[in-house]
Amino acid sequence: MAVALVLVLIVAGSVLFHILSPWWWTPIASNWGYIDTTLVITFWITGVVFAAVVLFMAYCVFRFRHKEGRKADYEPESRKLETWLTVATALGVAVMLAPGLFVWYQFVTVPDDAAEVEVVGQQWQWSFRLPGADGKLGTSNSRLVSFDNPLGVNPDDPNGQDDVVVEAGDLHLPIGKPVKMLLRSIDVLHDFYVPEFRAKMDMVPGTVTYFWFTPTRTGTFDVLCAELCGTGHGYMRGTVIIDTQEDYQVWLQEQSTFAQLTAPEQVSVAGDARR
Amino acid sequence: MVEVTPHANNAVPAAEVADVELYHPKSWWTTYVFSQDAKVIAIQYSGTAIAIGMVALVLSWLMRLQLGFPGTFDFITPEAYYQFITMHGMIMVIYLLTALFLGGFGNYLIPLMVGARDMVFPYANMLSYWIYLLAVLVLIASFFAPGGPTGAGWTLYPPQAILSGTPGGQAWGIVLMLVSLILFIIGFTMGGLNYVVTVLQGRARGMTLMRMPLTVWGIFTATVMALLAFPALFVACVMMLFDRLLGTSFFMPALVELGQQLEYGGGSPILFQHLFWFFGHPEVYIVALPAFGIVSDLISTHARKNIFGYRMMVWAIVIIGALSFVVWAHHMYVSGMHPWFGFFFATTTLIIAVPTALKVYNWVLTLWRGDIHLTLPMLFALAFIVTFVNGGLTGLFLGNVVVDVPLSDTMFVVAHFHMVMGVAPILVIFGAIYHWYPKITGRMLNEAMGQFHFWVTFLGAYAIFFPMHYVGLVGVPRRYPDIGGTSFIPDSVHTLNAFITVAALVVGFAQLVFLFNLFWSLKFGRDAGGNPWRATSLEWQTPTTPPPHGNWGDTLPVVYRWAYDYSVPGAPEDFIAQNDPGPQTGHVAGPA
Repeated sequence: MAVALVLVLIVAGSVLFHILSPWWWTPIASNWGYIDTTLVITFWITGVVFAAVVLFMAYCVFRFRHKEGRKADYEPESRKLETWLTVATALGVAVMLAPGLFVWYQFVTVPDDAAEVEVVGQQWQWSFRLPGADGKLGTSNSRLVSFDNPLGVNPDDPNGQDDVVVEAGDLHLPIGKPVKMLLRSIDVLHDFYVPEFRAKMDMVPGTVTYFWFTPTRTGTFDVLCAELCGTGHGYMRGTVIIDTQEDYQVWLQEQSTFAQLTAPEQVSVAGDARR
Repeated sequence: MVEVTPHANNAVPAAEVADVELYHPKSWWTTYVFSQDAKVIAIQYSGTAIAIGMVALVLSWLMRLQLGFPGTFDFITPEAYYQFITMHGMIMVIYLLTALFLGGFGNYLIPLMVGARDMVFPYANMLSYWIYLLAVLVLIASFFAPGGPTGAGWTLYPPQAILSGTPGGQAWGIVLMLVSLILFIIGFTMGGLNYVVTVLQGRARGMTLMRMPLTVWGIFTATVMALLAFPALFVACVMMLFDRLLGTSFFMPALVELGQQLEYGGGSPILFQHLFWFFGHPEVYIVALPAFGIVSDLISTHARKNIFGYRMMVWAIVIIGALSFVVWAHHMYVSGMHPWFGFFFATTTLIIAVPTALKVYNWVLTLWRGDIHLTLPMLFALAFIVTFVNGGLTGLFLGNVVVDVPLSDTMFVVAHFHMVMGVAPILVIFGAIYHWYPKITGRMLNEAMGQFHFWVTFLGAYAIFFPMHYVGLVGVPRRYPDIGGTSFIPDSVHTLNAFITVAALVVGFAQLVFLFNLFWSLKFGRDAGGNPWRATSLEWQTPTTPPPHGNWGDTLPVVYRWAYDYSVPGAPEDFIAQNDPGPQTGHVAGPA
């Protein structure tokens, strides 16, 4: 009796906790509302299954607990019941998987008009690089990383000269424009993670990974590292600021290009060349 | 499946196996220390696993103290925190769960349940334990080595695992960890071959594969999987050891560490992840399948009812085992591997939910119209179902590639895998110990202490890990010693973290009661007799309890029926032992 009651209370408690607790995801700030929707569908289906299984168990414990003279049924199997359960489960799984794969297809299909922004991770800070007026990022290589060239931008690549470099600073992005985040690391694994954007992806030294999203509200958001990267992992923080188009342009004008940073004597020239 | 020949009594008589094949010990040392008796080896394995498990328990307390009350304990630096979580995870998954289920329960139960005198290769079986012990000692040594144990996370992802930014990366820690794993795999292989060959070749007459208890099916399938999966970890460990000590670059691309260009170049960090998870995902089921098997037998025995859908249960175990080799990259959805892999691995991962769900249905349908005795093993079995269903369902979030993206690397993942492969299998281990302790020692475990242990552990563990999902949903990443001032994390999360820590401390202390019970009952426990649960399977039918070396006396048992003849209509008692030929008119046991 007590056992059955506890099982019922576990279901009731879990459901109430889900509904009443203050802990839920942060308000979304990107186009990935679909991910939230899929997650909510999954919560519903799995919640119903959890409650059904545990409540059924509670009923069995209550109804069929040992009493003097009780004898269990002898029922080795029921092909019909097992088939029905298989089909119902497969359907439930399909209902979760189908929207999941559909949204994943969107997630991995970057729109053609997405602007490219590079994020560079290193122990334990974030840097960023935006294409300059030419709209193209210059090539880069970890072997080129030095004190003067912390991101390893290829100095011989003309596309890279006008790239805007933000070393260990904040990243600004304009609202409403799809952006493809190109992710690069110069030392170990990191992961660019902004909870409000829902998206995240590991950064792997030796290769460039990516994800895309469209910022949907302005504000200041914490960047966290989500892949263990050594002792400073928990303190590897950054900031992304989603601006209106005007604010974004103002910020962009204040940034330095790769050419300015590597050749300070050419500041004025490079500054003029900027948009 | 489990047809019994209508004239069971006319079946071939038991082979008169003269008991001379076994190496019988001649001294105290060869009886209790360098023993070749699978039952002694089982107890050695279990004792060592539980001892090192206590280390992992203390480590979990330390990490929870840091998470619940950050900044309060000066000695828990970030370095120490990462060392605690790494060693906690590695110990729990490999040195406790794998060793206890396969080395412990496998050794004790396989020969007894299939009606064999011992494992088929007793000497290799003995070596298996001693190499395992050596692996554990090397692991412990890393706590005392310069620089301490590795703090690379239990996944040991390179490049950070072997670099100086990670505790133990450029010191002894990672080297000892890799050597210990290599030793563990060598030792396990010796034992694992034994378990497989004993099941295939050592069964008593009449013990067809489809009459074996599900416990044996679970351990057998898990062992086959382990023999196939551990080699992937083995090569990954050897390669990383080469990268660390010889300067090769299997997993190391060109990189700059703290402003310094390193010599490495051309390797792939993601290759390590594929190798690791090719082992790592089957590993989840290596732990889960023995638990599935054991819990099936606990439920059937204590509900006095045959397991519902035995054939389906066997095939589900085998299918889950096979499928678990094609889902590994669902741990890597955000690793930077080619995104199209996501379609394949999400599909295979969700397919595996179907046979798993069927197992759950069959467990609860076994309860239906049963005669449920709420004994301690049954209570733990019920608690297993609750936690396993909970943890399994959150797996559908993480397996469904796009839903995984926001949740990956958050506390949601930590909550999920603790519920499904921490709490659930450990509840089965407890249930199994309460169930088989009487056979191992001849005495029952104390009921009052057992009840206390059960309720605190079950409700406490649920209180730890259920709310933890919501910490992850908020967005708190895992492997953070201190979430600090982060704008999206409300203060209430810190309160919840403190609550979880208190619950973890309480649950941990309840385990001390369990340990005390193990020793107390050895001397003061109620006398159990040979078959206190009135169970059908062979281990309960030994001529003496505890069974001696050789198990069966002069004659091996002959098996006439499956392991689930409970409450057979017309039978004089509510169980018929597997080696009971039954009345001459004979009920045809099992489904026709």
